[in-house]
Amino acid sequence: MPTANQTLDEILNLAAAHFKVPREKLNADDDFFKALGVDSLQTLDLLTRLEHHFHVELPDYELQGVTDFRTLAGRIQARL
Amino acid sequence: MKSFRGQALSWELKSGVIELALHRAPCNELGSLSLEELEKFVPALANLQLEAHALIIYSEVQSGFSAGADLRELYQRSQALEKLEAIKGVRDFLERMHRVLNLIDAAPLTTIAAVHGVTFGGGFELALACDLIIADKMARFCFPELRLGLIPGFGGIPRLNRDLGNAVVRDLLLTGRSFNATKAQQIGLVSQVVAEGEAVRAARATAAQISKFDRNTAITAKKFIKPIPYPELQREIDVFCELFAQPAVEAGLKKFVESKDAQPYLP
Repeated sequence: MPTANQTLDEILNLAAAHFKVPREKLNADDDFFKALGVDSLQTLDLLTRLEHHFHVELPDYELQGVTDFRTLAGRIQARL
Repeated sequence: MKSFRGQALSWELKSGVIELALHRAPCNELGSLSLEELEKFVPALANLQLEAHALIIYSEVQSGFSAGADLRELYQRSQALEKLEAIKGVRDFLERMHRVLNLIDAAPLTTIAAVHGVTFGGGFELALACDLIIADKMARFCFPELRLGLIPGFGGIPRLNRDLGNAVVRDLLLTGRSFNATKAQQIGLVSQVVAEGEAVRAARATAAQISKFDRNTAITAKKFIKPIPYPELQREIDVFCELFAQPAVEAGLKKFVESKDAQPYLP
């Protein structure tokens, strides 16, 4: 099982690659809506990609109020 | 009419397959315009089905198959009317939509929804009226209606109950959570999950396979195996209209329509 830091790193890598944002510009505590420039529909797209990548099912109500990568990583880590 | 290009959708008969494409930005919200064009499609389908063995419904919009009912139109129209008139208008709209979806559900040819991206609410219900759902791996399904104080209104519950176990239906409906194509296949909702951008191609390949079978046998098999739950569908309209009269619905619609939240699609 990956560590929490590895999970966070994989999320940042995946988000940077998919939304074409330089990886070095993304930080764990960034607001991902702002850092990636995504709207709600694109957030669902990110959620689906993360579920496929980590082979988990993450109910979207668990993401309510979550805006930073670190907390997002914690939610995923809890289901690995 | 072998082909049509409207403001919300288009259709064309090609090599024995009718292809109905949704193309209303931002995400094929199903309001009065879409319904009017679907009502043009249904009589065309009755004629075209004599020359076709399959119908494929898909979206040309990048964000997804359909985000569901046009909530902005629903809210604005209800605001302009007295409560009883608004409920009457909603009932009329639902009955018209049910007529269209019931005809697609019972159409004597094999119907395939090729979905990608957002497949929510009324969009999900349109897919459920089809015989098969083929999903792009990035498709995401959801019945978010309870967030607004409503239930699905385009036949979603009776059709889900027909196709899935009741425990699964309760989970999807009562939590209002969205779920991906892999989960949809696990619960038996989706027949094939394909790579990104491949759903329509896979649907065409499936339609080609279906064309090899005797048409009358295929029609008989479908009629035998796919009952249309008409009483439950009618009951759904009644329940929806009862709920629509509640003040919580107006508040829920207002909140959604006026939301500046970055996550209005999340519960």
